[in-house]
Amino acid sequence: MSDALRLAGVHKRFGETPIIRGVDLAVAPGERHAIIGPNGAGKSTLFNLISGRYTPSEGEIALHGKRISGLAPHQINRRGLSRSFQITNLFQNMTVFENLRCSLLWAHGYKYSFWHLVGRQAALNEAAEQWLERLGLTARRDVLASLLTYAEQRTLEIGTTIAGGADVILLDEPTAGMGLAERDHTMAMISEVTRDKTLLMVEHDMGVVFELADRISVLVYGQIIASDTPEAIRANAAVQEAYLGEAH
Amino acid sequence: MSQSQTARGALLWHIGIWALFALVIAVLPYIFTSSSSISMMSQMGVFIIFALSYNMLLGEAGMLSFGHAVYFGLGGFFTLHAIRAVNDGVWSFPLELMPLVGGAGGLAFGIIFGSISTRRAGVTFAMITLGIGSMVESSANMFTDFFGGESGISGNRVTDVTLFGFSYGPSVEVYYLIGAWTVIAAVAMYLLTKTPLGRISNAVRDNPERAQFVGYNTTIARFIQFSLSGFFAGIAGGLFAIMFEIMTAPNVGLVQSGAVLLMTFIGGVGVFFGPIIGAVLVTYMHTALSGFSEGWILYFGLLFVFMVMYAPGGIAGVLCVHAAPWRAGHLWRLLPGYLLALVPALLAIAGLVAVVEMGYQLSLAYDPSSPIDLFYMEVNATSLLSWLVALLVLAVGIAGVLGAARVVRARWAEVNRSMQASGAKT
Repeated sequence: MSDALRLAGVHKRFGETPIIRGVDLAVAPGERHAIIGPNGAGKSTLFNLISGRYTPSEGEIALHGKRISGLAPHQINRRGLSRSFQITNLFQNMTVFENLRCSLLWAHGYKYSFWHLVGRQAALNEAAEQWLERLGLTARRDVLASLLTYAEQRTLEIGTTIAGGADVILLDEPTAGMGLAERDHTMAMISEVTRDKTLLMVEHDMGVVFELADRISVLVYGQIIASDTPEAIRANAAVQEAYLGEAH
Repeated sequence: MSQSQTARGALLWHIGIWALFALVIAVLPYIFTSSSSISMMSQMGVFIIFALSYNMLLGEAGMLSFGHAVYFGLGGFFTLHAIRAVNDGVWSFPLELMPLVGGAGGLAFGIIFGSISTRRAGVTFAMITLGIGSMVESSANMFTDFFGGESGISGNRVTDVTLFGFSYGPSVEVYYLIGAWTVIAAVAMYLLTKTPLGRISNAVRDNPERAQFVGYNTTIARFIQFSLSGFFAGIAGGLFAIMFEIMTAPNVGLVQSGAVLLMTFIGGVGVFFGPIIGAVLVTYMHTALSGFSEGWILYFGLLFVFMVMYAPGGIAGVLCVHAAPWRAGHLWRLLPGYLLALVPALLAIAGLVAVVEMGYQLSLAYDPSSPIDLFYMEVNATSLLSWLVALLVLAVGIAGVLGAARVVRARWAEVNRSMQASGAKT
């Protein structure tokens, strides 16, 4: 069975500056994989390469065995990969419900239709309502996204990422800027809504990473120096030195 | 079950609003019967469609176009050529449906030019539309068979081929034709906002990047929205051609494109009905005010600058800000501040008008010292005293408005506090 996501020899240079310097990474279907690394290691760049925001300078990225590097973000999304953003990235002038419904439109096959009224599509609206409930945002249904609290915006961000039905999910620091209680709540929600999905996430919070991930990759200066189970990563001397050491 | 009831309630509410809109259009000629009123109201209908089609770009999809008159004007030219063909006996097509010819022309050129301009968003898109606008305007001098050169293309709208047996010679019959199309086009454009395309246009406007990550190609979404907007602009142009029976090169030009931008913005881009208000108000200013004063374009420009600075949501935006206090029953608490501001505001406007009118008198009149009628007074523009009085009135007015603005702000703060307090309770 092919990997859900595979990166082979991926390089990214901005001008002369190499940011990603030969990354090989394989994520198995259903795996929860975390990428950790010091600031400036290239974690966000790696996400931008996988999701199509950037094109690799070298190397290949494959989703379920099919090449996706070089495709536009919307094409990659339609092949089953979706991502969230570190800085909340919602449709600010739409309500919570509209945000979720918009993220369902393509998955429900409406494309660019101008002959359906969205209000009359029972299955679509039902699905959006269910997502509201799953995310615990039913009470905030008709509030504009820009008026939500920070934690609610993060929740909606994750909801719109997953609602479209992609089976490979990239989460960029989903708990950044949250207090402890909010963080635990968000992590529980993420485990629930990403059940049966392949998850790749960047996270700074080591507690979250070691709790949730099946495997962890350590990215330092554009290269993965270790990729293993949480226990092995904790015991790895090179990782200790490069990353965990400075955190402790 | 309660949900389907509220859905039914919302549907009835919508039908009611649009029925009222149609009723108002139907009744107006019985209230304003003069031929100049009929003509002005007909233009209002044309520009309501045009401004709504423009807002499909600016308000719905975040596309600032400086060349929307291209689709309006070309739609008008196509319609007029079609009418001439019918009069020449080469074609048979009912006059009532002629705006569809304009729509088809607007759509065709929307597809052609849209396929170029919508590849980019933001400033680049705006620049491309500006380029296309001036290109089409200047090409009117090259393709004289189509554009008619300096004198334009004219025709006779009475064609003998009609659906309902009206001749459409009398202007009131044309008014009702325009009115019917205004209702049809406005309802169609309203429904479009409720479709997947409409929603995705909003999504592309709010956050093009996120729109891509929910599976949408933002270029295609912008392109389809742009083309459909060209269709409705073409319908407006077709009605314009039927009404005036003449189309000239400036109808596709940058001034016309600027005018629709201004009326849409003044009306308000954030709400569907905003451009309707803008089209009605600006058409009124254009026809009524231009009879009173040489300076009407200046007043119009000042109004636009004022709106951009103090009410970027347009008139509709100002109205919507008051919806929440109105529902909460607090609107009356804002009234004293507004009344307080009204008096100095009128003073400031009077002072401004006096300054502008005297200025025009000095620079344009054959005899500058001949008295002009201002607010039921005879004013001499060459006397220093009249200038001092006018400037004093203007200054007092502005100072008063600034003072009253403080009261208005304080009242708003109060109302917001009590709305928050009651919102927290429920």
